[in-house]
Amino acid sequence: MAEKINNKSVLLNPFSKNNPVVVQVLGICSVLAVTAKLEPAIVMGISVIAVLAFSNVIISLIRNTIPTNIRIIVQLVVVAGLVVIVDQLLKAYAYDVSKQLSVFIGLIITNCILMGRLEAFAMGNKPWPAFLDGIGNGIGYSIILVIVGFFRELLGSGTLLGIQVVPDSFYEAGYVNNGLMILPPMALIVVACIIWVQRARNKDLQED
Amino acid sequence: MNKQSNTYTIIYIIVLVVIVGTALAFTSLSLHNRQQENADIDKMRQILASANITPAEGEVIDDFNKYIVAQEVVNENGEVTGSDAFDINVAAESKVTGTERKLPVFVCRTADRQTRYILPVYGAGLWGPIWGYVAFDADGSTIVGAYFAHQGETPGLGAEIEKPAFRDQFQGKQVFKNGTFHPVAVVKAGQHPNGDEDFVDGVSGGTITSKGVGAMLDNCLTPYKKYLESINNNQ
Repeated sequence: MAEKINNKSVLLNPFSKNNPVVVQVLGICSVLAVTAKLEPAIVMGISVIAVLAFSNVIISLIRNTIPTNIRIIVQLVVVAGLVVIVDQLLKAYAYDVSKQLSVFIGLIITNCILMGRLEAFAMGNKPWPAFLDGIGNGIGYSIILVIVGFFRELLGSGTLLGIQVVPDSFYEAGYVNNGLMILPPMALIVVACIIWVQRARNKDLQED
Repeated sequence: MNKQSNTYTIIYIIVLVVIVGTALAFTSLSLHNRQQENADIDKMRQILASANITPAEGEVIDDFNKYIVAQEVVNENGEVTGSDAFDINVAAESKVTGTERKLPVFVCRTADRQTRYILPVYGAGLWGPIWGYVAFDADGSTIVGAYFAHQGETPGLGAEIEKPAFRDQFQGKQVFKNGTFHPVAVVKAGQHPNGDEDFVDGVSGGTITSKGVGAMLDNCLTPYKKYLESINNNQ
């Protein structure tokens, strides 16, 4: 690669300018699934950061030995192995959280961000930048999860992290929770709103 | 070495799979006891929760041994056949029909000396299994509490069956009405079941999960009919 890789931009770019969800539009499926409430969104974000960082490092370490025609399979095996280990660790040390996330942890395997980052970055870079790239993209993903989860739980259930924040007097005055917010399509609409705001502020992201 | 040759590819993937497989087997074996312990504690907590007992963190096992005074395994005819109720696999038994089915009963004595009969239930929701525990009063007919859990129902919709708002509806419901046995029906909010049985409102937006709860109660409580009847008659 001719261009020198700047570790700082590798870590920070995915937060906003090159965000995996709203700019690269990866991992949308899990955004729909885990953001009805804030808490699973946060734990899911942490799990994705861990799996993404470590799978990036592992793939980067063995990148020169992988036969090209089975590289996707190799990436999948590594990711699937890590996800199962994370799931087992959660079950042993954070049983309540693992119960809450249940199938979503397993679904990290199918998260396109992982395959995208492994294929686009870890296959061609050294372990340390790959680790930073994993952390950066994981956080970029988590930010969107938390924002979407925040609005969906607030408007859909009137709570945040399970604690009621919309005062009872609002309900007495006729305020109703928006049940549509809990349904998966609203996650897409919230993501679309985030994209809208972000493009409006970032002129260089706008497409013709 | 030619990294694109078939031999290299095959050897590479075999070695990789063996390494990953070993790592997974090692993780699973070394964490198994801890996970089993967690699962057992969680099960005890759920059983106690149905009788409206909430143990403090770290005291679940002590409280379980204190409040659960007896465990029984009964069959469809109400006869006691064993005592290791905790080890019965309710998921497997829920598919067995007839007198072969092993039905666990946890007898609980609460802090204020009330007797509770706690019966496990197991069924299917929309995405995966749902299960729970139903606690009956000493008369064998009045439900004093219910606990439901699920593996992967939609948060905010089907998953609401585990919330007190849904569970607390079961308190005070009768399964014996005018001498006939009816497990509690789960219906759409505002509707009534066809018969005169007691009913609760399902979760709006979680129709399939709510129906699953109704079917689960039907399948898992009906075999206890004779057992509950005998408790009722001994009153």
